Amino acid sequence: MKRHTLTVLIPVLTGALMIGLWYAARMTVIAEDQRFLLPAPDAILRALFEKGPMLWSATVSTATGAFLGFGAAVALGFACALVLSLSPFVRAGFYPYLMVLQLTPIIVVAPILILWVGPGLKSVVIITFLICFFPLVVNTTQGLVSTDRNLIELFRMGRASRWQEIFLLRVPAALPYFFTGLRIAATLAPIGAIVGDAYAGNAAGGQGGLGFLTIIFSAQFQIPALFATAAVSCLLGFIFAGAVVGLSWLALHQWHDSYQRKDL
Amino acid sequence: MIEPPPVVELKDVAKRFGHRPPVLAGITLSAQAGDFISLIGPSGCGKSTLLRLIADLSPVSQGQLLVGGRPPAQATGELAFVFQEPTLLPWLTLRHNVEVLLRLRQLPANQRRARVDEALSLVRLEAFATQYPRQLSGGQKMRASLARALTLEPALLLLDEPFGALDEMTRDHLNEELLAIRERQRWTAFFVTHSVAEAVFLSTRIVIMAANPGRIAHEIPIDLPYPRTLETRLSPAYQKQVANISRLLRSVETTSPVS
Ligand SMILES: Nc1ncnc2c1ncn2[C@@H]1O[C@H](COP(=O)(O)OP(=O)(O)O)[C@@H](O)[C@H]1O
Ligand SMILES: [Mg+2]
Repeated sequence: MKRHTLTVLIPVLTGALMIGLWYAARMTVIAEDQRFLLPAPDAILRALFEKGPMLWSATVSTATGAFLGFGAAVALGFACALVLSLSPFVRAGFYPYLMVLQLTPIIVVAPILILWVGPGLKSVVIITFLICFFPLVVNTTQGLVSTDRNLIELFRMGRASRWQEIFLLRVPAALPYFFTGLRIAATLAPIGAIVGDAYAGNAAGGQGGLGFLTIIFSAQFQIPALFATAAVSCLLGFIFAGAVVGLSWLALHQWHDSYQRKDL
Repeated sequence: MIEPPPVVELKDVAKRFGHRPPVLAGITLSAQAGDFISLIGPSGCGKSTLLRLIADLSPVSQGQLLVGGRPPAQATGELAFVFQEPTLLPWLTLRHNVEVLLRLRQLPANQRRARVDEALSLVRLEAFATQYPRQLSGGQKMRASLARALTLEPALLLLDEPFGALDEMTRDHLNEELLAIRERQRWTAFFVTHSVAEAVFLSTRIVIMAANPGRIAHEIPIDLPYPRTLETRLSPAYQKQVANISRLLRSVETTSPVS
């Protein structure tokens, strides 16, 4: 069989197997009066359609927050990495405070944010930004300061200006690192937006995201709907991660070793 | 008529890093236009350092160094350096790699194109212009690195063991190509190598260096006629020179204090 067919077929088979196991576990391991805690896949599917409009508008709201927070983190993270790469003194001065930003739990930050900017999209975007920023800055900075010494020497010999050295050499050389950061940030962005939404979403105005919906469904004990929300969140994560994997492929596959075919 | 100044002139030049003993001491050497000077000597004797001084990648500690009659920082003629490694940018195609120094000079696009075409044809890589470095062989990468240097149309070409990592056959080919290119672009060359055969084949003059401190032990003119070909390699005069240089190099290596 062709490799390509196999790479599609294997995940499909494992998926079918897992759904089978799910049904089997429900019917054998779990006591009958506990079964409502693990709804059957078909019940989840039904909830997905029943709550479709609600889930859709919540997904749009969360995706917007995730995208804006992620985008802001990419833009500011890149700019910040450029500044940090300029000298070890700048890095020594700022790294500890970046760490502080990263180590402060979002649950603690959220109430402060709500006080400052109020609940809603703004808070969600800022929380997503805070979660995505650190991996982007750290990875990109690492890339910008890891340029091959020989290539820098070449640019010095060619009497390159400081700007030329940064934008024609250091930045492209840092792309693989940047994309590593981007992949991490892309998987964190939807999670950040959902968590942010749960804490700081628009609880008052009705137009909530997936985090807000999770809280409603759990309060109402709508277990299949909770599972459906989880599935949609997961899908959103896949879309973010997939988009970044695609971008990374576009930028790197022609030249970077990580895309080198191994079966030559 | 006033004689033009030597392309490179070193008078009693010394180089030290920090407070350690000097890496180079008492270097006096001058290169006239058209010279092809090979530097050969034990490893660590300061051959690369000497090239870096000439290229203004590092300052002289003592003595006088003039490039085209001026201090290296104010030298006006074009100078190109071919490093030991091909140092190609992996994200650029071969063509864009060869173009990169001209891009740094911000030459207009049509001039860049003409010079890159010329350089690619000199090293016979036209057919590979759209390939990325990882798709090229070691010899092709080194050719590309040479082509990149040639786009500057340099008056002075500095080569630091450029073919050291290549197999002997590829190296022989590249040596012949280098001399053929020299017939068309009349640069002056400093060429660091570990191969006596290569040095004799290419050079108008060979400088044998000794270590600790790095200094010039012998300067031997090679007066084999150009163009040099396979016939040159087979001639008794060439082989006598190779034997002679090898003997001198051996005596230098055994009398240099080991660091
Ligand atoms: N930037 C530097 N700082 C300190 N020492 C150096 C530096 N560059 C070269 N050296 C020293 O100078 C000596 C000569 O080095 P090099 O010129 O590379 O020798 P070669 O090219 O002949 O093998 C070596 O002992 C090396 O350790
Ligand atoms: Mg060396």
